Amino acid sequence: MGTSLDIKIKRANKVYHAGEVLSGVVVISGKDSIQHQGVSLTVEGSVNLQLSAKSVGVFEAFYNSVKPIQIINSTIEMVKPGKFPSGKTEIPFEFPLHVKGNKVLYETYHGVFVNIQYTLRCDMRRSLLAKDLTKTCEFIVHSAPQKGKLTPSPVDFTITPETLQNVKERALLPKFLIRGHLNSTNCVITQPLTGELVVESSEAAIKSIELQLVRVETCGCAEGYARDATEIQNIQIADGDVCRSLSVPIYMVFPRLFTCPTLETTNFKVEFEVNIVVLLHADHLITENFPLKLCRM
Amino acid sequence: MAVFPWHSRSRNYKAEFASCRLEAVPLEFGDYHPLKPITVTESKTKKVSRKGSTSSTSSSSSSSVLDPLSSVLDGTDPLSMFAATADPAATVTRPLDSSRKRRDRDENSIVGSDFEPWANKRGEILARYTTTEKLSINLFMGSEKGKAGTVTSAMSEKVRTRLEELDDFEEGSQKELLNLTQQDYVNRIEELNQSLKDAWASDQKVKALKIVIQCSKLLSDTSVIQFYPSKFVLITDILDTFGKLVYERIFSMCVDNRSVLPDHFSPENVNDTAKETCLNWFFKIASIRELIPRFYVEASILKCNKFLSKTGISECLPRLTCMIRGIGDPLVSVYARAYLCRALLTEMMDRCKKLGNNALLLNSVMSAFRAEFIATRSMDFIGMIKECDESGFPKHLLFRSLGLNLALADPPEGDRLQILNEAWKVITKLKNPQDYINCAEVWVEYTCKHFTKREVNTVLADVIKHMTPDRAFEDSYPQLHSIIKKVIAHFHDFSVLFSVEKFLPFLDMFQKESVRVEVCKCIMEVFIKHQQEPTKDPVILNALLHVCKTMHDSVNALTLEDEKRMLAYLINGFIKMVSFGRDFEQQLSFYVEARSMFCNLEPVLVQLIHSVNRLAMETRKVMKGNHSRKTAAFVRACVAYCFITIPSLVGIFTRLNLYLHSGQVALANQCLSQADAFFKAAISLIPEVPKMINIDGKMRPSESFLLEFLCNFFSTLLIVPDHPEHGVLFLVRELLNVIQDYTWEDSSDDKIRIYTCVLHLLSAMSQENYLYHIDKVDSNDSLYGGDSKFLAENNKLCETVMAQILEHLKTLAKDEALKRQSSLGLSFFNSILAHGDLRNNRLNQLSVNLWHLAQRHGCADTRTMVKTLEYIKKRSKQPDMGHLTELALRLPLQTRT
Repeated sequence: MGTSLDIKIKRANKVYHAGEVLSGVVVISGKDSIQHQGVSLTVEGSVNLQLSAKSVGVFEAFYNSVKPIQIINSTIEMVKPGKFPSGKTEIPFEFPLHVKGNKVLYETYHGVFVNIQYTLRCDMRRSLLAKDLTKTCEFIVHSAPQKGKLTPSPVDFTITPETLQNVKERALLPKFLIRGHLNSTNCVITQPLTGELVVESSEAAIKSIELQLVRVETCGCAEGYARDATEIQNIQIADGDVCRSLSVPIYMVFPRLFTCPTLETTNFKVEFEVNIVVLLHADHLITENFPLKLCRM
Repeated sequence: MAVFPWHSRSRNYKAEFASCRLEAVPLEFGDYHPLKPITVTESKTKKVSRKGSTSSTSSSSSSSVLDPLSSVLDGTDPLSMFAATADPAATVTRPLDSSRKRRDRDENSIVGSDFEPWANKRGEILARYTTTEKLSINLFMGSEKGKAGTVTSAMSEKVRTRLEELDDFEEGSQKELLNLTQQDYVNRIEELNQSLKDAWASDQKVKALKIVIQCSKLLSDTSVIQFYPSKFVLITDILDTFGKLVYERIFSMCVDNRSVLPDHFSPENVNDTAKETCLNWFFKIASIRELIPRFYVEASILKCNKFLSKTGISECLPRLTCMIRGIGDPLVSVYARAYLCRALLTEMMDRCKKLGNNALLLNSVMSAFRAEFIATRSMDFIGMIKECDESGFPKHLLFRSLGLNLALADPPEGDRLQILNEAWKVITKLKNPQDYINCAEVWVEYTCKHFTKREVNTVLADVIKHMTPDRAFEDSYPQLHSIIKKVIAHFHDFSVLFSVEKFLPFLDMFQKESVRVEVCKCIMEVFIKHQQEPTKDPVILNALLHVCKTMHDSVNALTLEDEKRMLAYLINGFIKMVSFGRDFEQQLSFYVEARSMFCNLEPVLVQLIHSVNRLAMETRKVMKGNHSRKTAAFVRACVAYCFITIPSLVGIFTRLNLYLHSGQVALANQCLSQADAFFKAAISLIPEVPKMINIDGKMRPSESFLLEFLCNFFSTLLIVPDHPEHGVLFLVRELLNVIQDYTWEDSSDDKIRIYTCVLHLLSAMSQENYLYHIDKVDSNDSLYGGDSKFLAENNKLCETVMAQILEHLKTLAKDEALKRQSSLGLSFFNSILAHGDLRNNRLNQLSVNLWHLAQRHGCADTRTMVKTLEYIKKRSKQPDMGHLTELALRLPLQTRT
């Protein structure tokens, strides 16, 4: 390896908020001195929308029409063409995170059909003989904490064969009674989802109880929209036939990057839901759905 | 039959002795000798020999104090030399070492010191829970794609690799290993442990995590239930490894160039990168799909919470505990709890305190935790025990548990007395004697360990006070016995032990004889084991005599032989340890007292006789052989003691041997008439020797023992001077009469063998100077001074004995006895050769006849005959033995035909 280019962002967790200054150093190192045509630094941020295969058929008009929405894109020239001495050179930089116009720095989110991503790219242009060097590095944007206090919205639930919809033959179902509550469906993204679940009775042995975190992504515009729900993660909270009448904790940490505060814009929406999935022996699958509202405090 | 006269060969023992000795050859200076110090150079030799005796040359081996090995090496041992050069290196590494040690200690103080001795328990579990059933391992392991080579510095590449690995994880090649034996299984787990370490070392953190997840998944399989505990141990080992690796990694990230993190760091000292890494781990683990692996892996890195917040661990604990409720299988969930407890004992302790001091919980904590852990917090525990509610779980059990811990580990120095006071305050108030004694038993150990006899005395007094009413002690012998055991285990100095006033009253509580004897045995065992010096301390003597008497008095007709032997061994051990030094009279009166006390145990009486004999010899030694009137009287008292004690013994050979032995002692102390009395007693006892005697429970013929005894006896008789009022050789005559009258086994030649020995004795007696003497005792040689009458008497006796031998040889001339005749004849021939004067024609003729007799029926061993002949020829070359040449010519060797 002759020459290497690296970006070191100052904050270890790489998290920045709108209005803050993104700072760090570009590290250039090489055994020999390095001739170059200038080093530039670019901040890019965009929302990538993609349509699911199943939506494509219905809304063919959308195909290819969904262009990335650019949030931020600016470049600064760090070093004029010249020469770096041999060894390690560190060039500090500061980048104020300001957006133009009425654009908003949405929070970083890695989804399936919606992706909000911010990158910092450093380019070193070099003469014809040597290849240009590029280094890309993702940084993370968190939206500003919500003002005011979050009002908790606890939900109690009871699941019995009777409460179920979508059942073909109710009579064939084994009897069961599952009670529980979620402490709040308004969730702070940094705090876990908590609650309790009690299997009061169940004729059939329980195989597993799981919490399924689901993202609901909507892409659309005036002409129509595509709405897709996909699983982010599935967390088992009970394995096997649990003790009756003993509460099992509901506890799930929201994964970073894959979740963000519930987001609603004119072009797309990102929402989250949680399913409580009870698997009985004989492969009965019972699901109870709870929409969540995530926010950052 | 013609009577053959006996003519003893006259012997010069001194000359014979000198001629038998090896010739001493002086060693010249330069000669080689293996025991000589190795000398390398002339100058060294000088140095070496200076150290020893300087006058002698180096040939004297006495100068070789110096180790030959070291002298070779110029005085410098290569190892120490090496050590000397290695030393600077050692000092260089020391700071490193110490820092590591500190780290280790730090590790320990974090969780280690509070751990149960898991290493011990681990082995136990593995050894105990085994199976022969076939096992299976079901692993989703990523394919080996993500090998170390693919890890490059480019970020995107790295991400891709990880994603690939994660994909593997999702779809993964499922490997199911079936039909594994237990050993295969253990090996497989060990492999996984190793691959975890390898993966970690090659920076494949994701793979490492995957291994750990897969392993913990195995814990949800309870199919071979008897192996589950061992499986748990094996897999939690892996988890522990993983937890340690993560912790150390994050810890190392906190170490920058300037400083190392202190032992008890707070989260503020942890830098952001480390925190971020730590957080990452927790996020990663929080997204593990399945419950059991998620639980185990999180528990394994619980310690890492310290990097994030001070209260992290204690906040996680209740959550993890609740999480276990989700595990349906009770076995799996209980083991999960066990793992959590193992990981976090200190936190558990704090929670116990908060949980309203539940007594049952406290008790479990005290019985499960390592004793050191409990001991250092004894005062806390006492406080908690005091406060806790009596209704559910009795307090005395809690105190008992605490006491058990304190017996194993020491509480802080300053707290010790207070602990005892606090605990005993409660214990002494226990009403139920059973509860009381169960508690007291345990606490005695603690008291003995840390306090003096004063406290122990108090405790014993308290126990007596509690156990005496209503004879409560009758139900608690095991506990009381155990108290005694503990006390004597700590008080090896018996003078201190018996000065504990309440010790003997305590012993009095053992009123059931069998228990009492057991306790006495314990005491004596400890005494024998630990008493180093002989004692005359009246307190010890009194007490132990009492103890021994108790043991002795338990002997009755039904007592087993083994038991008797044991008791006798213990009592003998005591007797041997009693010494009044130069106060011999006191010593003798102690033996007198002991005899009256222990008359039912024969081995004790035997020991007493030996002790008294020893005392007599001891006296002789002090007086250097010249008894004063007083010591002479004392020695006679000793002899009298033995004389009257021996008849009370049962074992006939015991009596015979003791008579002989005591007679020898009497002789040595110039008590001639007493010695005669012993020998006469022995002689008169011989007719009573039964044909068969019981040896170790088997009946055996006694003749060989008698033969052995008599030979021994003859050796003594040589030097016993004749009594002026009795005839010449009266003891020998009497003994011969007894031998003559004894009914010997027809099929044995022992009688003749004895006669042969008598012949040897008589030959020795006819010498001018005897082979040996006793100092200050004139034997027959000086009494008679070679008087011809004495010699004639002697020869007459010889003739009689020879006649007997020849008579017997004649009776053996029957077919079935020819072999006996041959060997006996040869043995007689040898006797004549050794002791007879072959210049006498008749004796010479007799020997030739015997030679022929030995060979007559082809029974003789040719090799023996050849050797004998060779010997004769060799002897004939010695001075004054020329006549043997002629004899040898007359002794033909039988040729084999």
